[in-house]
Amino acid sequence: MASRFCSDMSFQPSRIVITGIGLTSPNGNTLAEFRQNLLNGVSGVQPFEVRYMGQSLAGICDFDPLKYQKRKEVRVGTRAASISIYCANEAITDSGVDFDAMAKDRVGIYVGTTEHGNVETENEIYAISKFDYDTKYWSHYHNPRTVANNPAGEVSLNLGITGPAYAIGAACAAGNLGLIHAAQMLRLGEVDFAICGGVSESIRTFGIYAGFKSQGALATHEDPTKASRPFDRDRNGIVIAEGGALYTLERLEDAQKRGARIYGEIAGYRVNSDASDYVLPNPTRQAECVRQALKSAGMEPSDIHIVNAHATATPQGDIQECGALREVFGEGCPDTHINNTKSFIGHAMGAAGALELAGNIPSFDDLIVHPTINVDNLDPECAIPGLVLNKPVKAKKVDTILNNSFGMLGINSTLIVNRFTA
Amino acid sequence: MTKEETKQAVLDIIADVAPDEDITDVNPEIRLRDQLELDSMDFLDIVMELRKRHNIEVPEAEYPELASLDSCAEYLTPKFEALGK
Repeated sequence: MASRFCSDMSFQPSRIVITGIGLTSPNGNTLAEFRQNLLNGVSGVQPFEVRYMGQSLAGICDFDPLKYQKRKEVRVGTRAASISIYCANEAITDSGVDFDAMAKDRVGIYVGTTEHGNVETENEIYAISKFDYDTKYWSHYHNPRTVANNPAGEVSLNLGITGPAYAIGAACAAGNLGLIHAAQMLRLGEVDFAICGGVSESIRTFGIYAGFKSQGALATHEDPTKASRPFDRDRNGIVIAEGGALYTLERLEDAQKRGARIYGEIAGYRVNSDASDYVLPNPTRQAECVRQALKSAGMEPSDIHIVNAHATATPQGDIQECGALREVFGEGCPDTHINNTKSFIGHAMGAAGALELAGNIPSFDDLIVHPTINVDNLDPECAIPGLVLNKPVKAKKVDTILNNSFGMLGINSTLIVNRFTA
Repeated sequence: MTKEETKQAVLDIIADVAPDEDITDVNPEIRLRDQLELDSMDFLDIVMELRKRHNIEVPEAEYPELASLDSCAEYLTPKFEALGK
């Protein structure tokens, strides 16, 4: 098994490693808390009031934004940016880097988002509705709040980072894309230190709720903690969640030079497109994405020990992804485990891929694979080998994690992280 | 509305616009920006809140009238009175 990303033998790109993780999830505001709740089966889904729609469900975060922001900054800025700022600061602290001494123009910020600006625009329209829609009551903060780079830009302001800072718009594949893009920028030498991943403030826009409801894809359940149930026969849609996970990525030689703790190495990745439908997934392209990511890592399917499925608990989407996973991992992969994080926290949209990877990374140390919960009756069409259902399992080995995240307009992403070995 | 009440109305707005600032001891004679951390966007917020809360319009050319609490009271109190407040 090759551990180096290498598609052209004449070019040996730098090895890229993960050195810090900062996150807020509906069931945890640190990696340790998040991980413990994934192992203990603790959901983060709660009842949630949605404007114009009434009672619904959401994965809600309870981190303290004032840990890293002034109250005025919270008022002026966006929720997506507060999440980003919290995660970025936590990741930097976790990395152990001497951030004050770092050249800030050599730091890049790459934040994946499913969408941005819906929340802020809806809030303004609601506000001026109280003034007979007179636009002279429209906030002068609207534009800086809604520009697509807002979450990354507010992190640059908060931390005084003068290198590139922008958002990666990639629907629900965005969390993976943040990491992938950062790895590419480090390899190109554009930056020396990257803060990257994905965030979501999506629970605060009624439009996404109403859109999923109109699509017949919004989960309901009398017990909120049971509402997100990928692979279960009685699943009925998505629970929307907010959250974020940002990582610090560095070139291996830089990380080693400063004696950094290394969580894992970016072993390979692939991003492709279905080119087939606005919303319906395409298992052929998903399988192709996974296979091409494996190829980029120099791995075979049987080399993968944990697959984190994207499955969002829509009736069709889960079956389609299971079809793709069955095609790639269905035979000859006795050491491959498949799990899902959305069953605990809902679908954290742009944060999903980044949070889901984080939840599995501690498996390199404890060899425990967290389950997908809420599977009371496994849908036969989702019954693929290796599924870890309802309770954690101890694996023989965990050297590799393959993280799938797919999104609307047919964007697919697969990111492979392996245990670091010098 | 008395001038003291006008000052309190402005301070109530500043408390929301600049929630990190201590406004218990603002000197009414000194420019607000010289004693509080207020930027130009914050002044736009103050103008917006006067519009939203009190239906008072402050034309851009007259923004300097909002420099201190005393000047706010001189400038805004007649506007409050014109609205029957």
